[in-house]
Amino acid sequence: MLRIEGLTAEVDGKEILKGIDLEVPTGEVHAIMGPNGSGKSTLSYVLAGRDGYEVTGGTATFDGVDLLGKAPEERAALGVFLAFQYPVELPGVGNANFLRTALNAVRRGRGESELDAMQFLKVARARMKELSMPEDMLKRGVNVGFSGGEKKRNEVLQMALLAPKLAILDETDSGLDIDALKIASDGVNALRGPDFSALVITHYQRLLTYIVPDRVHVLMAGRIVRSGGKELALELEASGYGAPQAA
Amino acid sequence: MAAVTETIETVQAATEGTYKWGFSTDIAMDYAPKGLNEDIVRFISAKKNEPAWLLEWRLKAYAMWLKMEEPTWPSVHYPKIDFQDAFYYAAPKEGPKSLDEVDPELLKTYAKLGIPLKEQAYLAGVEGAGDSPADARMPIAVDAVFDSVSVATSYKERLAKDGIIFCSISEAVHEHPELVKQYLGSVVPQGDNFYACLNSAVFTDGSFVYIPKGVRCPMELSTYFRINAKSTGQFERTLIIADEGAVVSYLEGCTAPMRDENQLHAAVVELVAMDDASIKYSTVQNWYPGDAEGKGGIYNFVTKRAQCRGKRSKVSWTQVETGSAITWKYPSCVLLGEDSVGEFYSVAITNNYQQADTGTKMIHVGARTKSTIVSKGISAGHGQNTYRGLVRVAPTAHGARNFTQCDSLLIGDLCGAHTVPYIENRCLTAKLEHEATTSRIAEDQLFYCRQRGLTQEDAVGLIVNGFCREVLKELPMEFAVEAQKLLQISLEGSVG
Amino acid sequence: MSQVVHTGAEGFLHRYEGLKDRLPGARLPWLAALRAKAAESFRAQGFPTRRVEAWHYTDLRQVTQASFDEALTLVQDDIVLPKAHTANRVVFVDGRLRSDLSSWPTMATVASQIGRIEGRVMLPEEPMAALNTMLFEDGMLLNIPAGTDAGVLEILSIASASARPTAFHLRHIVRLHEGAKLTVLEVNQGPAATRYLHNPVWQVEVGEGASFTHARLQQEGALAFQLGSIYATVAAGGTYDNFTLNAGGRLVRNEIHATLTGTGATCHMNGAQLLSDGQHADTTTFLDHAAPGCASRQTYKTVLTGKSRGVFQGKILVRQAAQQTDGYQMNQALLLSPDAEMDSKPQLEIYADDVKCSHGATVGELDADQLFYLRARGIDEATARSMLVRAFLQEAVEGIADETLRDALESAVEGWWEHQGDRHS
Repeated sequence: MLRIEGLTAEVDGKEILKGIDLEVPTGEVHAIMGPNGSGKSTLSYVLAGRDGYEVTGGTATFDGVDLLGKAPEERAALGVFLAFQYPVELPGVGNANFLRTALNAVRRGRGESELDAMQFLKVARARMKELSMPEDMLKRGVNVGFSGGEKKRNEVLQMALLAPKLAILDETDSGLDIDALKIASDGVNALRGPDFSALVITHYQRLLTYIVPDRVHVLMAGRIVRSGGKELALELEASGYGAPQAA
Repeated sequence: MAAVTETIETVQAATEGTYKWGFSTDIAMDYAPKGLNEDIVRFISAKKNEPAWLLEWRLKAYAMWLKMEEPTWPSVHYPKIDFQDAFYYAAPKEGPKSLDEVDPELLKTYAKLGIPLKEQAYLAGVEGAGDSPADARMPIAVDAVFDSVSVATSYKERLAKDGIIFCSISEAVHEHPELVKQYLGSVVPQGDNFYACLNSAVFTDGSFVYIPKGVRCPMELSTYFRINAKSTGQFERTLIIADEGAVVSYLEGCTAPMRDENQLHAAVVELVAMDDASIKYSTVQNWYPGDAEGKGGIYNFVTKRAQCRGKRSKVSWTQVETGSAITWKYPSCVLLGEDSVGEFYSVAITNNYQQADTGTKMIHVGARTKSTIVSKGISAGHGQNTYRGLVRVAPTAHGARNFTQCDSLLIGDLCGAHTVPYIENRCLTAKLEHEATTSRIAEDQLFYCRQRGLTQEDAVGLIVNGFCREVLKELPMEFAVEAQKLLQISLEGSVG
Repeated sequence: MSQVVHTGAEGFLHRYEGLKDRLPGARLPWLAALRAKAAESFRAQGFPTRRVEAWHYTDLRQVTQASFDEALTLVQDDIVLPKAHTANRVVFVDGRLRSDLSSWPTMATVASQIGRIEGRVMLPEEPMAALNTMLFEDGMLLNIPAGTDAGVLEILSIASASARPTAFHLRHIVRLHEGAKLTVLEVNQGPAATRYLHNPVWQVEVGEGASFTHARLQQEGALAFQLGSIYATVAAGGTYDNFTLNAGGRLVRNEIHATLTGTGATCHMNGAQLLSDGQHADTTTFLDHAAPGCASRQTYKTVLTGKSRGVFQGKILVRQAAQQTDGYQMNQALLLSPDAEMDSKPQLEIYADDVKCSHGATVGELDADQLFYLRARGIDEATARSMLVRAFLQEAVEGIADETLRDALESAVEGWWEHQGDRHS
């Protein structure tokens, strides 16, 4: 279970998160919605441990383990996976090499044996087929020359391979056409189960018709201002984000 | 397509003449004896009634200059200059007076050059519209330097209302000695290089600008340099100081008569920007380039440097270099203040037998300093065009950034385009990027334009203007139009 | 015998005077005259100082203040040779051929063929090449007949552990006739605790449609100076591929002059400089497009750790006749230490209009976004850094088609990087 209490954080000396309280029980998928600049991406980077995102107060634990003091790779080993809004290009780093290194690092963290090149390829190819990804993507540099949609699918592929306990999807729907959106959603839905939870960050309701959340939270100006069931997303789509702030 | 129409008009206007600024003015002149020695330095200082400290300063520079050697590293070639075969002081006999009393011959000269010295023409519209710069057409304050002296400076009183000092440097020596003493030579010391040193000994005039704390200069300031007299060198010295939070945009233009002889122009420009100050310095350099056979033209050996002393200060150099037989200049920024910014945007054209060796130096000292260099070189005829630039990052410049883009365009196979960047980084967290390309105007581009009805020359003009767009858009609007015309004229006869 | 210690240019000239009657070919008038001319040129220029534009970033005072001896006798047999990368290997110890340690069926060296190379030894104007011409004793003579594929040859130069600093000046002369093919792996090594100067010169002549692949593994000892020069010409349709890995030595300069003399000639120059604390490495290339329709590609990567200094200078000259030139050059440096310094001077000098020429240069540290992305996937920081450094170098190495060469270079890169890990952890 992800538990966030009173989390405040700043970027370049400017406070972005102003006290977040949030619980995502194991087995549940929660959505975070909010307008641009409300702090959605900051929350995802703070949870993943990016430099420059300074936590000034509060706590965040996952299955009782403090996340905030840990290095990004230690969080990944705990099973926290961040699907990036803008996946980074790594010229010269082969996708296959990258995926295998990451997978084995996470497997080591879970006390599982490492996969050799052959075992890895078998697993990777199977997952890629499910995601309708061409096999030559394994040979290319990580995200280099990928279209926006291919980059997002590569994120979903990594998630499928690393099988995280908590997936944070940072606007995974942006830049995806409807087919790609379905594929990505299928990837997430395939992981759903009693041991998997997810935090789906999105600006639009569209994604949530494919990944149906258990709870929806509205983030505004660094705080969660409303929470509700999946119907809240539809309501927001119809009426916008404006009302609660004024109230 | 308005832009295209405008360009075509520009091109048509341009094809009417070659160097249309090549006339000379007949006016009674006062000369120093020909040649250069200590007495000439004393003569100049005496003519200007200078205080003793400045004469000492000049004499010290002269003594240093005697021991210096002419630089040979630029990629330019010319016969040895005889420094004794020139006049170092030439001024209209009638000394500078108030704007209303300027010699009508001079007024005619500037009118012919298209430089407005009269304030009234613009004032009527502007004063009525209030002081907002957004209103109506912007006036431009002009300091007109004719050979060795400033003959007129407009809008002085209006600017003084804001505490802005805009006058000739000769006047500043008398009226604001404390400022001149403090800043003169503080950016370009006397012994900096051969030509700067010569200038320090014999400079005759130039402009002085001081923008006080927090003042945004309400109009463009400009200096128009005119070489008129024969066998005369022009050595002007410009000093611009932007105090904390001040903002100023300054323009510089220059022309000279067509003559068979080569004339020397060795200027020094010093800029100082304090905390949060911003100086934009634009040049359209249109000295006489010599004729199609390479005879005559100005030797333009110039030292321009800015110190961004203050935090978040910014200096932006924009230059369009179309004239001169030889150009040798590297407008530079020393980025001392944290978060200070230096920019250099340049278009340099060499046609016929012109040679240009120009570029910039960006010296990063302060943390998070940023610099941008965009250089566009165009070579045609037998022209030789060199970009020479230095980006140096000191260990103290944490997080410094530089981006450099140098593009060369060749028109014809007798010219040359050269790129000589020096990139020196001693700071781990600095990030420097440099790109350079060389290309020519592609046949299919030309064909496409001509198929749409443009002449070959119009098409070249269009494409060249497109090639230079990143730089031209940095110029103040009035200047940008002028610069576009100049590009066209400079390339005349280069295709066909 | 005088006990005066001669240093700098004077020291070498002094030894030339003493040695000239004993150098190979001393009795051949043309060679004696050439060496005398070289001595004249070297005397006039001396070792270049930083005031010489081409040496602005490399200070030779460490070399000029030292005193060297040319090895006069073969050293005793306690040389430990590194494992050979290929079946055919020629071994030079302190600049002298060791045929007993070599295996190359058609071995021909400059010294053994000295009577036959009249007119084939050039005298470039650069001072280091003049020094080499004045004093060279041996080197490979590779004359590949038309249409012959001569396969892969390894040339190993190794310095012996000597109490006094030695200097040696190998002169290799390579000529590929029409359509010939040759691959050379040049390996330079030496003991860690010996100071020596290795000043090799390669003369390379690639004939029409011929192809010469030249990989260089510079792993000189930690106190060594290597100042090497290559002078290559490539005829119509020929190809010269050069890859240089600079990993060893204290002060290293790798200077390559390539002239494309015939239509459609191609030159690739790639390289990596891997620098650790106290090292200075300078790669200086000069690519002369003298004929139309030629292509050149250069990719150089420098990784700097500790207090090291890297230099890249690369000039592309396109002469008036060289229309339809396609020239590209990229040099990138990765700083891994606050004490490192990188200086770059990429240069274009273009006199033809129908050309496509570009260069690029970047300097910076590891990209923070990339590092975070890798770590967010569970990869620890050290591994992530290592992956990014290798990826950075990859682009320079991947152009090498020959597997033997690529393996040799890749394992050298691995070795260097692992060694860095030992140092820092």
